[in-house]
Parts: sequence; structure tokens; C-alpha cells
Amino acid sequence: MSDVKPYYTIAVTGLNAVDNPGPGVPVVRSLKEATSFSCRIVGLCYELMEPGAYMHDLVDVCYQVPYPSAGTEALLSRLDYINDKEHIDVIIPNFDAELFSYIKLENELSKRHIALFLPTLEQFEARQKFNLHDFGKRIGLEVPRSINCDTMDDFLGKSDRSEWSYPLVVKGRFYEAYVVHDDGQFVANFGKIAAQWGTPVIVQQFVEGSEFNVIGFGSADSKLLAAVPMRKQFITDKGKAWAGITVSDSRLVDMARRFVEASGWRGGFELELMRGRDGNAYVLEINPRIPAWVYLATAAGQNIPELLVNAALGKEVKAFDKYDVGKMFVRCSWDMIVDQEEFGAFSVSGEKDNRQK
Amino acid sequence: MKINANIAISQSGYIFNPQTGESFSLNPIGVEVIRMLQEEKPKETIVASIVDRYDVTASAFACDLDDFVSLLKQYEMLTDE
Repeated sequence: MSDVKPYYTIAVTGLNAVDNPGPGVPVVRSLKEATSFSCRIVGLCYELMEPGAYMHDLVDVCYQVPYPSAGTEALLSRLDYINDKEHIDVIIPNFDAELFSYIKLENELSKRHIALFLPTLEQFEARQKFNLHDFGKRIGLEVPRSINCDTMDDFLGKSDRSEWSYPLVVKGRFYEAYVVHDDGQFVANFGKIAAQWGTPVIVQQFVEGSEFNVIGFGSADSKLLAAVPMRKQFITDKGKAWAGITVSDSRLVDMARRFVEASGWRGGFELELMRGRDGNAYVLEINPRIPAWVYLATAAGQNIPELLVNAALGKEVKAFDKYDVGKMFVRCSWDMIVDQEEFGAFSVSGEKDNRQK
Repeated sequence: MKINANIAISQSGYIFNPQTGESFSLNPIGVEVIRMLQEEKPKETIVASIVDRYDVTASAFACDLDDFVSLLKQYEMLTDE
């Protein structure tokens, strides 16, 4: 039997390792540590200064790609150009905002022998913030009481307003959330979010407690193949975990299993949870992709990006049955020094070959 | 009273609760006490052991021990079993 590993070309987005980091860099780190294959990495960047583009030991080549707002045709055209040069086997999109385009393009990319492993559009939409309350109810996951508001009066004028109490969380339909403590803060933050992200704005009852996240992976036949729960230990002002530790709470893994089995979720995901003072874990959000702390799960024994690549390519995949408890991550920021010629060449051509450096 | 079996206690006094992910630091006497609780020693035995070796009255330490035990329960590290 040959022990030669297959060699894949894998394209990855989300290389923005900034204060609100994309998952691209830790996904690449995980792929480089895969035991079932070797790989080269094609970075797909929206911005020229995404730090991952300058990590020569992780990313082999980089290409600028059009923003999702440019439409799927523009993206497909750019991917065709890149694929002609790089012969991509798998693409791992890592941003919520681009998933719609990639789900739409899955068949077209499949014709070009480029594999993806993504949820269906229906699954993707069902767990959107503005659908989450009903979705949670349907599949038996507790979600804090929420309502979708097109105007402030949809909340302020509610007949059952007395049943709600501050603090509340005011959330944008895609990003951003503020905890508000009175009507004044509600009005100010509602307006800010509506202007930035449009409506509906989600108004949710605030739950006090400890924040946990679960990273997971659902197979093509609706089985939970991986799940690692993590408690946030250090949280930035943007609410992002800057440090965390794996925990052994089987109830959180069961929630991930229920989510996959009930929704048929296909691919990576993250449950954002709050364990309230009442002991219950409430789902605050379900992110439709691998989260930025994925490398902790890899270090704890579950390499989810490797699993995703194998699942996308139709290889046999097995469920992980354990992970190390008490494994921590501590994030850091690190100044890379970049030659201005390197940046300049990337900005002119939209392409960057890190192997030549 | 029983310390939950999966609680990890290091020699240096670092305690990790793997279910909640919480961690705590204990001073040397705290470590001694939690070790005795782990061995399921009764309250009277723990008080006697500490009073024997440290300059503290039994009634004062018994109060401190009650506070410590209720904290451990609050942090889900100790059960009444």
C-alpha cells in the first residue's frame, strides 16, 4: 500500500487576521497540519492588506477577488481566471457575507472540478439572526426572546411592552450588536444599526451569564462529525474571544448534535451560547461557517478544516469522538514587516506569489 | 460533601473546572483544605487538622470553612452527596 499522501490545492478566504479576525489564517494553519493530505494554499483576498496575504510560510499565492456586492458572475469570472492558473481542488469560504454567492455557485464550480462543502440556501437562511428565534423553537434549542423590528415603534409601541425589561440587545441583521439599558440608548443604537445594516433590527432580551461557543461540523447525511465547546476567557470590546479554553460540557455538544440532526446542516458552523444564571444555555447566534478560533479545536484533536476538505472531495470521513479538555488559546497581534515593493506589486496586479520571496 | 471527580487541582493551587471552564487560585491553606475535602474528610476532622497546626481558633476556622464550602458549591465544584 502506498503511503504517499494526496496533494491538494485549496483556496481560502478570510485572511484578515485583524482585531475582529476572519477564520482564514487558522484554517490554513489547520490544513498545513493535516495528516491525510498535503496542500498548497491559494489565498483569496478582498483587501490588499489582509495580513494572511503576507504570511509566506502559510499562503503560497494570493489573488484579489471582487466583493460579494459585485455579484456572482463577477466572482465566477475571477475564480475562472484563478483556476486556470492554480487548478483549485477545494474552496473554503470563511465569511458569512460571501456564503450566499458560493452556495449559488456550487454547481458551476463543481463543473470545473472545484469542490465546496456548504449548507443549502434554505439551511443558511433558517439560522439567520432574524429567523433564529423561530428556528430555535422548531428544533428545540432555547433562544432568548426576540422580535424583528422594521421601526423603533415596533418595539416601543408594543402592547406587551411591560413584559420586556432592560437590558436588551439591539442587533443588526448581519453584524453589530449593542446592549442597551434605557429608551434613550435603545433609540440611539436602533437608529445607528438600521442606518448601517438596514432592517429588520433584532431586539432581544439580554441574558446574563457566561459565554460559550461550540465549533462543529455536519456531514452530508446530517450527522455531527466534530464538536468542541469553548468558554471565552478574554473578550474584546467587539465581543470577540481573545482567549478561550476547551470544556467538557456534554450538554453543549448535544445542542450542536440537535442543530445538525434537525436542520441537516452540511459543513462547519459555530453556536454562540450564553449559559444564564438559571443554568440553561441560550443560543445567541449560529454562524454558518468555521469560526476564527478553529485552531484551538485542531490543537485539541479535531482538525475540522481537514475534515471539511475530505468531505468536500467525497473521501471517507469519520466522526471525532474526543478532544482535549483544558486546552487554551491566547490570541496575539504581531507586526509583520513588509517590503513596500511587495505591497505595490500586489496592488497593481491583484496577484501575489509568496513562493518567490 | 464531595469534590466533583473531574475537578483538576494542581500542586501549586490552581483549580480547573473542566465543565464550566472556570479556573481559580488557592493559597496553601486552601489547597490543604480542598485536598481534605477530596478525601471526603468530615468538617470536624478538617477543623481539627487546621487548628492543630495553625494559630486559629476552632470557631473562627469553622466559619471560614463554611464560607469556603459555600463558594465551592456556588462554583459547582462541591456537591452534598
